[in-house]
Amino acid sequence: MTPAHRADEVGTVAPDTVTRVPEPTPRPQLARRRLADREGFLAKLFLLPTVAYIIGLVAFPFVLAIVFSFSDVTTGNPSLDFVGLRQWRTILGSRVFWTAFRNTITFTVISMALIVLIAHVLATVLVKDFKGKWLVRFCVLLPWTTPVALAAVSWLWLLNSIFSPIDWVLRWFGLIEANMYYLGRPVLAMGSVIAVHVWRIVPVATVIIMAGHMAIPGEINDAAEIDGAGFWRKLREITIPLTLPISAVAVLFGAILTFADMTVVFILTRGGPTQATQVLSSWAFFKGIEGGDLAQGAAVALFLFPLLLAAAIAILRAVRRTEVM
Amino acid sequence: MAHVVEVRGLKKHFEKGDVRAVDGVDIATREGEYLVLLGPSGCGKTTLLRMIAGLEEPTEGEILIGGNVVNGLPPRARGIAMVFQSYALYPHKTVLDNITFPLKATMTDRDARREKASWAADLLGIGEFLDRKPRHLSGGERQRVALARALVRDPSVFLLDEPLSNLDAKLRTSARDELKQFQERLGTTTIYVTHDQVEAMGLGDRIVVILNGKVRQIGAPQEVYSHPADTFVATFIGSPPMNLIDRGDHLLGFRPENCLPIEAMGSNGDNLLEVDVQIHRIEYLSGDRHVYATTSGLGSDDAHLIARIPATVNAAVDEDRAQRFAVHEKDLRFFDGDTGVRTESRPVRS
Repeated sequence: MTPAHRADEVGTVAPDTVTRVPEPTPRPQLARRRLADREGFLAKLFLLPTVAYIIGLVAFPFVLAIVFSFSDVTTGNPSLDFVGLRQWRTILGSRVFWTAFRNTITFTVISMALIVLIAHVLATVLVKDFKGKWLVRFCVLLPWTTPVALAAVSWLWLLNSIFSPIDWVLRWFGLIEANMYYLGRPVLAMGSVIAVHVWRIVPVATVIIMAGHMAIPGEINDAAEIDGAGFWRKLREITIPLTLPISAVAVLFGAILTFADMTVVFILTRGGPTQATQVLSSWAFFKGIEGGDLAQGAAVALFLFPLLLAAAIAILRAVRRTEVM
Repeated sequence: MAHVVEVRGLKKHFEKGDVRAVDGVDIATREGEYLVLLGPSGCGKTTLLRMIAGLEEPTEGEILIGGNVVNGLPPRARGIAMVFQSYALYPHKTVLDNITFPLKATMTDRDARREKASWAADLLGIGEFLDRKPRHLSGGERQRVALARALVRDPSVFLLDEPLSNLDAKLRTSARDELKQFQERLGTTTIYVTHDQVEAMGLGDRIVVILNGKVRQIGAPQEVYSHPADTFVATFIGSPPMNLIDRGDHLLGFRPENCLPIEAMGSNGDNLLEVDVQIHRIEYLSGDRHVYATTSGLGSDDAHLIARIPATVNAAVDEDRAQRFAVHEKDLRFFDGDTGVRTESRPVRS
């Protein structure tokens, strides 16, 4: 017999001795092993916290909101009397509602356009190799990691009507003569809200879109270069089409975050001046929680739901259609 | 006539990991030749090709295409076309748009582009797929699309980076044949990178064997095979590899097919080196018999050797038996014991 054969035999014998079934063991040990082996039971066990969370904190409030929107419940009078579509008629007839609705659309569309654009530019830069890349990456991610409270203080200071450093710099360059009152004028206030929101969401969008950029095989970029495509043509014919599905995902995430967001509005302007920055979610909050009219607040908040659902379905459909690989 | 492609003292040094991927390479192609860069993974052959293409900048040295130095020129200005290992087809474009893509940079007339693309597609037999997306094509068809895309640019040189490695074994043989025919018909100089010595032997007019960023040998396939420059080339090319037997200050080498049972060697016994071997194992591969044996008569004790007995030789061999084999003296090669470089013949009999 050759050495090779012998080695082979040793190789097959050794694992056997290791995994040899032990002598019959006492009952408790066997029982425990059987429990851990029951995958069906384990699956249910591990899913339980998630299911409890979703039912308790998503499904229950959602159903409650639907019920509220057909009632006349307020914080002062919590008895539930059904009033049919009265709350819905009231909000649909309210001028503020339509202003908030328009603002929500403006806020979402402009923010998303800017976010996708900036995220693409940043992603293009960040997939390249250059010195100090880690620092740029760190800075790009910083807004996402900054606590909202801290960011709010900084932005309130930056946009302050009297002490704004932005105004100070602009004045120093001689670009403006008087303070801008960013949060005091309708258009500038909306601009400020959008700017801060973009600042907050761009990091996530960049990370998502960067993944899309990196997923383009290096050889495809090389091929395009050999085929004589310059920067713009490569961007138009290769990079944008190939990152379209993941951009759509970024838009979907961003749009949901933007559409339902009230943090920035609440911190910066509280909807003012004269409802110029009021969005549906902030108005729902002011009406339902601060104003105590739970029923109307619920109706306003629910108004968002079908819109978000429709947007999500439309975007996911588009992604599936443009799937390229 | 200037060389189509020439590289002089080419070096590429990667800062990351301090790697000398290409370490002083001089190569010149001949007009219309099929030059194969052969070496194990990580030997620098792909980096060399990418520098010729203009996708990497060399650290040192010159690249000439058509007699002009092209260092610093972008790929599009070099008159080259490249086929990638993955084919790098644009997945969102149809076959037609893939093929016309390189033409858009130079050819403004849409109909002229289409005409050129269908010419290339017909040449490669993919005319019926023009409206399909790459994901609906087989591996072989994708390769042809990649070739068509390279072809329409009328390049002065084709650069092919392991274009067969994504195909399954069966398809690879026929694709190899097609590649060779394709190049012979066009007569365009081609540089082909591979780690597969069978491809290299089958396709190349000349083979450049590369190891650790350095050229070990340049020569025609039969030359590289029968007169390897050193022990690396001797063992990298040929399957099974050349037998090397340690004899102290030098190594004795001979190809497995040159080592046969003595009764199969014919009459001229004068020039034979006789080898007494102990046979351990016999493999039957495509009719040939591969004999795994040890011998103590040539140099170090129990030196391993492999003999390949062609299907046409009927001599009996048996496992676990001592038997006498022989090698013609003209088939013996000698290598330096320290450097592995081939040296002149030495006496083999004591």
